[in-house]
Order: sequence, then C-alpha cells, then structure tokens
Amino acid sequence: MLDANVAGSPLLVVENLKVHFPVMSGTVFQKQVASVKAVDGVSFTLNRGETLGLVGESGCGKSTTGLAVLRMLDITGGRVVFDGQDITRHDRAAMRPIRKRMQMVYQDPFGSLNPRMKVVDLIAEPMIVHDILPNRSARSDRARELLALVGLRPDMADRYIHEFSGGQRQRIGVARALAMSPELLICDEPVSALDVSIQAQIVNLFQDLQQSLGLTYVFVAHDLAVVRHISDRIAVMYLGRIVEIADRETLYKRPQHPYTQALLAAVPIPDPEIEATRPQIAVTGEVPSALRPPPGCRFHTRCPRATDVCKTEEPVLRDLGGGQMVSCHHV
Amino acid sequence: MAKLLEVRNLTTRFRTERGAVMAVDDVSFDVDAGETLAIVGESGSGKSVTALSLMRLIPNPPGEITAGSVMFEGQDLLKLSDAEMQAVRGDRIAMIFQEPMTSLNPSLTVGLQVGEPVQLHRGASWKAALEKAGELLARVRIPDAKARVDAYPHQFSGGMRQRAMIAMALACQPKLIIADEPTTALDVTVQSQILSLLKELTRETGAALILITHDLGVVARYADRVSVMYAGRVVETGTAREIYKMPQHPYTRGLMACVPRLDGVLGDRLVPIEGSPPDLTRLPPGCAFAPRCSVAEPGCLKARPVLEDVGGGHRKACFVSVESGVPAHA
Ligand SMILES: Nc1ncnc2c1ncn2[C@@H]1O[C@H](COP(=O)(O)OP(=O)(O)OP(=O)(O)O)[C@@H](O)[C@H]1O
Ligand SMILES: Nc1ncnc2c1ncn2[C@@H]1O[C@H](COP(=O)(O)OP(=O)(O)OP(=O)(O)O)[C@@H](O)[C@H]1O
Ligand code: SF4
Ligand SMILES: [Mg+2]
Ligand SMILES: [Mg+2]
Repeated sequence: MLDANVAGSPLLVVENLKVHFPVMSGTVFQKQVASVKAVDGVSFTLNRGETLGLVGESGCGKSTTGLAVLRMLDITGGRVVFDGQDITRHDRAAMRPIRKRMQMVYQDPFGSLNPRMKVVDLIAEPMIVHDILPNRSARSDRARELLALVGLRPDMADRYIHEFSGGQRQRIGVARALAMSPELLICDEPVSALDVSIQAQIVNLFQDLQQSLGLTYVFVAHDLAVVRHISDRIAVMYLGRIVEIADRETLYKRPQHPYTQALLAAVPIPDPEIEATRPQIAVTGEVPSALRPPPGCRFHTRCPRATDVCKTEEPVLRDLGGGQMVSCHHV
Repeated sequence: MAKLLEVRNLTTRFRTERGAVMAVDDVSFDVDAGETLAIVGESGSGKSVTALSLMRLIPNPPGEITAGSVMFEGQDLLKLSDAEMQAVRGDRIAMIFQEPMTSLNPSLTVGLQVGEPVQLHRGASWKAALEKAGELLARVRIPDAKARVDAYPHQFSGGMRQRAMIAMALACQPKLIIADEPTTALDVTVQSQILSLLKELTRETGAALILITHDLGVVARYADRVSVMYAGRVVETGTAREIYKMPQHPYTRGLMACVPRLDGVLGDRLVPIEGSPPDLTRLPPGCAFAPRCSVAEPGCLKARPVLEDVGGGHRKACFVSVESGVPAHA
C-alpha cells in the first residue's frame, strides 16, 4: 500500500497547458497560415494512486494532453510538473530518467507492436532502450513475470503477436508499459477497440494493477460509463478546454455544465424501462473545427442555454466547492 | 397479420485457407411491419454477414449462402434473379452502412447519390430526382439542404454524411431499412441525434428497421425486439423489455453483467465473461458458448441447443434453465 507521506503530494500538476500545432501552406515556401489550438489552457492535478478520467468528443484534445504530459510533443505554453519537477522544457536527455516513470498504453495494441517480434522481445525492448536489465536472460525472466502479472501464461512469451486475441494483445501492451515499473500510466482509449466481454477483463486488470502496484492513471476514453467506473475524478473536455471537472459521484449525479449534461444524456442506459422515461438530448449539430473555435464560450454554437454574453466572453473555470469546477456563464 | 420479413435457417459461409468460416449458422428471425429489431452481438458474431445475406450482397467466392429462405412480402429473396433482386434493393429494402465515406462515392455530388434511387426505381428524370434529393436532405435536417445538393461528400461532416445516407435510404419509401452500426464512428452527441432521427423517420413512414449494433444501451433506447447473436447463431430473441428484465441465455446474462452502466453502483467490480469467442472455422460440436459458460453441463458440449420458446415469444438456445440451474436436456 501507499506511504502516508507520499500519498498526499500530487504526482502530476498540469497548469494552463497549451499545445498548438502550426498549419502550414504554400508549395515552395511553407508558411504558417494558422494554428490548431488542440489543447488551450488545461489544468489539473493528480495525486498518487488516483485515476483521472479524460472524456470528450473526437478532436477535443484528450490524446494531445496525454502526449504533452509525457513530453512526446512540444508544449506551447503552461507547465507540466511531475513529482515536483517542472519538465515543461526538459530536453530528451533530461527527460530520460523521468520517461521510465511515466508510460503510455495505446488503443490499438496491435498497431503499436512490431508483428515480427516475439512477445518476450516486445516486452524486453523498453528495458534495453532504458538500459534496465543488461542481461538477456534476466530480461526474459522479467518479461515472463510481467506476463503473469497481466494474466497471461509465461510460456506465451515465445509466441508472435498475431497469435493473440485483441484482449490478450492489450494485456501484452500493458505488460510492456509496466516493464519500466512506471508510476504514472497514460491510458489512451485502452479498451475502446475491445469487445464488451473482453473490455471488462481489461478494466478489471487496470484496477487490480492499481491496487497492487499503487499506479496513477490518466484514463482517456469516450465511453462515459467505463470512465465513471474506473476514475476517481473526471475532466470533461471540449475543443481544447476543460469545461467541467469533478469527482465521479458529483459529475454524474450533479453535472453542471450544459455540455456535460448533454454528453451524459446522449449515453443510453441498457434498460428499456429507464430509457422510456429519460429526457432526450438538447444539443444539435457537431463539434466545430478546432482550427476556428467559436469566440466566447466555445460551446455556445450548440448550447441550449447560450445568451449574448456567451458569444463574446470566454467563461473561466470556477470552483463550485467540493472540488467541482465549471466554466459556464450561466451556472 | 403476415410478417414483413421471415428469415429461416439462413446459413452463410466463407471458404478460406484455414477452412470454412461458418459466419451465419442456421439463423431465423422475423420482422413485423413498422417495428425495430435490433441484432446485437460482439465483433465477428455474424451481424453484418446476416444483413448482407438478406440483401444478397455476399461476395461469391469466397462467400456462399448455403441454406435457408428470406421471405419478404411473401417472396423468397434468395430465389429471385439478380435483376429482380436489384429492383428490390434501394427500393423496398434499403441499407445504411457503418462508414458512409466508403459507401458514398467521393466523386459524385451528394444530390446525385441521394436522388439516384428515385431515378432508378421510379423512372424519374434526373431533374426531378435532384429536386427530391433536396427535399430528402431537408427531411434529415441538413441545414441549407437545397443548396447542399451540389456538394461533394468530403464537404460534409461525418454526421452530415450519415444523414445523407439516411436520406438515400428513405428515397423510395422502403418497407424495411437495414442499418448496420450506423453511428459507431460518430461522437456520442451526434450518435444520439442520428439514431433519434432514424427512429422518428421510420415511425413517420411506417418502415421497419433492423438495427445492427454491439451497444446494449442503443438497443435499450431504440429497439422493440432483440436478437442476440453469438458465433454466427441467434442465442436469444424476444422483446427488448423481456430480454433486459429476464435475460435467459447465459451469454446474454453475461453481456448485461459485464458492461458498466451510467447508473450502476459505484465500487462494484465488473463481472467479465472469461475467455474469448471461438474460431468460426473450428466450432465445437455442442453449444458454441459452452467453453466460456459458467453454468455449462456436460451435455452442452455434445449437442447443439436450438431456439426454444420460454414464453411469450421469448426464445433461447440453451439447455440449462435459468431459475433452477437444471439442464433442460436432462
Ligand atoms: N500532429 C498534429 N498536427 C496538427 N494537428 C493535430 C496534431 N495532432 C492532433 N491535432 C489536432 O488537434 C486536435 C486534438 O486532437 P487529439 O488527437 O488530441 O484529440 P482527441 O481528443 O484525442 O480525439 P479522439 O477522440 O478522436 O482521439 C484535433 O483537432 C486534431 O486534428
Ligand atoms: N469476405 C469474407 N471472407 C472470409 N470471412 C469473412 C468474410 N466476411 C466476413 N467473414 C467472417 O464472418 C464472420 C462474421 O463476420 P461479420 O462481419 O458478420 O461480423 P459482425 O458481427 O458484423 O462483426 P463486427 O461487429 O466486427 O462488425 C467473421 O468471423 C468474419 O471474419
Ligand atoms: S457559457 Fe453560455 S454557451 Fe457556454 S455553456 Fe454556459 S450557457 Fe452555454
Ligand atoms: Mg485521441
Ligand atoms: Mg459488422
């Protein structure tokens, strides 16, 4: 279990994070003509052993936030502080010791794994890169240990990835991420590609590993029910911003932001009797382009509560108490 | 009243290097006029192959419909000539696919594609067909529809493309619409807009809908009746209310237990279904779910259960009865 004195200090602090991608144009001389504000002022803190869920629709900046925290992308503005160290401007060399401590788990474990490598080598690869276990047989032992940890048989280490089902591949992906004994895992849609019966196995695995290893998760997913199940706190993103953040109980029982409310109403509950009486959704249209986010509140073009002030003035995240923060003029 | 669609013992397989894939294996179901039947099941369970078989769109080779009948308005579609089937498709039965970008032609305007069925099946002039396309696009609430008749698919967002597909499907007022995961690629708020629109339009026009999905929530919100598929077979079928209230097949029960719900009790552990679906080229002789089933009896491995009535049109293909845990074949 966790040490009492480290349990309280945040492992990750993200302050006003901005990641803007340049949009280039021109045939001979490439010139920057615009920028995509993929992440535009995101803040949150994450305590050790906690899970922060990151939800929102396609293109709202979930993956970009995760990649920026891992410093796999250049940060345009704001700060990322990992275990007390500001890593915002760390170069590759400075990041090296820290990168071991934070790892990524991807949606499509097959796409991110080399098909010509045996499972044992796939898992050992990061150990070689980071010079963890110099001895080949020690690495192989560790790989087998990790396979057992994620619920696979150690003898599966000598097989190739195409011999595994989707759920097994995701387990292998997790084993690989765990090879460096990281403290923080950024899980980017780790169960989205899996069938529901398999999804539950992997969700349970994440929870078991968190218990036994004291892991801290950023859990990115578009399935709000899965996120609710696994997270302690949840941040709802819309066009590069967090519009609401709260503990899961509050967020799902008393969502305050009109977008959070619409998002939750849009998710059907697997019970026809409940569905027959649930209020229908209020939002129309689709998410605007991140290249030209609407002025004022970015949600105003789809918001049922929008008034004139929403079209011009940008709302800021306000603390409603109890850790619930909302950015809306009318809350 | 006669059924609109009666599918009996439909069997479709694919010949592959690894052997014959039993993609759809002795599947039977009915659809009444105006109702919504959901076909639900996991990846590879045979949902799309069922839909494509009804439409006679199975590529041959490698695929072949080896048995069964598809009675639609009193005619066996499997016995029609290719030309006769062509006349049914897009007219009395329309299909909406998962990814509109692959089913819309990128080099033709949306209007031409939405209007085509009217021109093809109703012998309308292209001018009239385009006018109709404008009306149809407005009907699926594409803003500024008349002006967008000349737009190309890439100028539409994902949600608008799916609306255009719905407009095309509605063009000839079909009796039956088959929608294969029509919103899986879309965001949740757009997903619910599109499904609600589809449901509303079928209600207005009296069309029946076969809604293919893997999402139990979508089924609960939109379906009147449900067929649950596993490994190419229908394992349970009945009204949505009945199936959610009293799922009878262990697979259906497992599915319901393993998905987290927005209104679920916090802190509960998910109950997964252990193992994974079988290889369709090497199906066991007994129940395909037996290796993963927590209540399986020795008999389940030997004989194959068939759909049997458990009351009120609710049917399941399982030897073990839920209440007693006693195998029905004992
Ligand atoms: N390397 C890049 N160059 C330019 N634009 C990018 C780049 N990566 C992401 N974007 C843009 O930034 C925005 C946020 O993308 P991001 O991938 O973070 O979204 P997301 O929330 O993860 O979406 P999804 O749910 O689809 O995975 C999008 O508009 C995307 O097109
Ligand atoms: N052209 C083909 N050749 C060989 N096998 C095929 C072909 N098309 C489908 N199959 C197989 O038939 C089985 C049923 O596939 P189908 O596409 O109907 O599944 P599904 O239930 O629609 O799954 P999903 O939810 O992934 O769409 C699968 O095992 C699939 O691999
Ligand atoms: S600020 Fe205005 S537009 Fe934005 S969410 Fe609140 S009410 Fe809606
Ligand atoms: Mg992403
Ligand atoms: Mg399919």
